Amino acid sequence: MIETIIFYVFAFSTVVSATAVVTVRNPVHAALFLVLTFFTSAIIWMTLEAEFLAISLVLVYVGAVMVLFLFVVMMLDINIARLREGFVKYLPLGIVVALIMLGLMLNVVTSDIFSSTAMLEPVAKGADYSNTKALGSVLYTEHVFAFELAAVILLVAIVAAISLTMRKRTNTKYQVPSEQTQVRKADRLRIVKMPADGE
Amino acid sequence: MTVELSHYLILAAILFSISIAGIVINRKNIIILLMSIELMLLAVNLNFIAFSHYLNDLAGQVFVFFILTVAAAEAAIGLAILVVLFRNKQSINVEDISEMKG
Repeated sequence: MIETIIFYVFAFSTVVSATAVVTVRNPVHAALFLVLTFFTSAIIWMTLEAEFLAISLVLVYVGAVMVLFLFVVMMLDINIARLREGFVKYLPLGIVVALIMLGLMLNVVTSDIFSSTAMLEPVAKGADYSNTKALGSVLYTEHVFAFELAAVILLVAIVAAISLTMRKRTNTKYQVPSEQTQVRKADRLRIVKMPADGE
Repeated sequence: MTVELSHYLILAAILFSISIAGIVINRKNIIILLMSIELMLLAVNLNFIAFSHYLNDLAGQVFVFFILTVAAAEAAIGLAILVVLFRNKQSINVEDISEMKG
């Protein structure tokens, strides 16, 4: 019973905050509502016994990706009024498209193959079961190649993001260490012979 | 009354439809478009985790792990492109990006 209440409360708040993400005026508010959506879905994932992924959703998404979003939204000086042009115009089309897709998907997911008789509620795992341990043991054995590929993808993303946004400024002064170490005494110092003074 | 698999699937379908609607109605604003894509990935991940739980198979969770990785990389590169775009055009309106229309 308590699981049902938890599911409905957090499912409702997920849907409400997801709707707010796509409808609010201010992009900063949209990003914050997206954070709320991630939090509530992390709780739903936790009721599905995916504890590691629920926590990494909060850490990776809320902690890193959404902070990056907020940073970009606040750094760019955006003209909200111009971006909102056509919102009302496209609203009916958006609702129609969404309802058609929702109808098609509901047609599939409410069929008998996914009903409670076909898909039984699995037995809850005991307190000594560790989701992180189980996930890690398949991740480092069966899926180790994909795991390495994911690491490469992250490396490529770092290099791409840095090389895209880095720019050389023309008005800043740099140190060039290679030239500094190759300097000789003759380049900098000049000894001048002159008569001694005051005789 | 318990929570069945179809409840989670319906929730994921609703989330996915909301983000489809978000892409259609916010077609001028790239930031909201990127956020809608994140919402779509979240809906797909919810499906994966629900099936993983009800079929008692960890492969679904491994998949979600990789989707999270790729989505983080995608968000980082997408936002980097957005910053460069804003630096060059002083705007993130989709209508202003039309150099390549031929």
